[in-house]
Amino acid sequence: MTLLLSLFGHFAQLSLIAFGGASAVLPDMHRVLVTEHHWLSESAFAASYTIAQVAPGPNLLFVLLFGLQIAGLPGALVALLAMCLPSSLIALAVEHYGHRHREHRWHQLIRRALAPLTIALILATGVLLINGSRPGIVSLTLTAATVVIGLKTRFNPIWLIAAGALLGAFGWR
Amino acid sequence: MPPLPITPATLFRTFARMGLIGFGGVLPWARRVLVDERGWLDDAEFADLLSTGQILPGPNIVNLAMMFGYRHAGLKGALAASFGLIGPPGLIVLALGVGYRYVADLPAIQGALHGMTAVAAGLIILTAIKLALAQRGLGLAWLTGGAAFVAVALLRWPLLPVLAVLIPLSLLICLIGARR
Repeated sequence: MTLLLSLFGHFAQLSLIAFGGASAVLPDMHRVLVTEHHWLSESAFAASYTIAQVAPGPNLLFVLLFGLQIAGLPGALVALLAMCLPSSLIALAVEHYGHRHREHRWHQLIRRALAPLTIALILATGVLLINGSRPGIVSLTLTAATVVIGLKTRFNPIWLIAAGALLGAFGWR
Repeated sequence: MPPLPITPATLFRTFARMGLIGFGGVLPWARRVLVDERGWLDDAEFADLLSTGQILPGPNIVNLAMMFGYRHAGLKGALAASFGLIGPPGLIVLALGVGYRYVADLPAIQGALHGMTAVAAGLIILTAIKLALAQRGLGLAWLTGGAAFVAVALLRWPLLPVLAVLIPLSLLICLIGARR
């Protein structure tokens, strides 16, 4: 019960500061779940993120797998609810009270101010995942190739993921 | 054909469809389904909804589902849209997670997941680079981004106090920049 409560508390707090979505707060989840409490191992953390990423659905579903591994099905539901509820209440309040007089100038200012922070946090998530991939020559090359291919072509990333799975399954790092 | 009426039931079905076809994130599919397929929004309305969803904290796509559902069918609509978006793909992810627990110790599975994580890392770095390339004239505000990266990725400080300092600072920099 205390476990579920502290899980709820942490994820609910992150829901309120997750500018740029759930992927932007992954480093803070890692700090609490892996480094501080040792609820998840380094590879279980990375695997949870990656499994949710190759399944359909919104990115935030990886929190289900964090919760599942830490506290079973109740943990999964608590993590998802905590990640969605606080921010959803804000979104509802904004929709209910605010949408008649939207100030586009303010929107733009806020978006510009948040952009460098969001980008930095997403980049931090990338660095975190590199660590989680047990980096070796092959996996670092895969990461770099994914970035370059993504910038230069419209190649479907699912093939890169398949290539990564295959190379990894044969034990090449 | 007249557009489908917007009710809790059609909201659930529409957002469930969006959630189930969206590999690697749902946002790109949201426009296709809501604007092109259903005709529930035009491009400008969609851009407006999306931009509001993006400046609010929390998962952007859930914010979007909540606001769109509420606007057209009240609280029931908001719940129907977000349950549709999260529920069906959530069950798939949970099933994969349960399956993973049985095979997590196999070296081939571990290796495959490490390989896929390497690609996932590349994809998320790619997202950051593309976002950065789309920004214009942020100037000094990039300093707050640099500070956020150092604090979170290198020093591993807690996110809440970091953002409590850097968000107001970044707003201030952008506000002064806009006045000039």
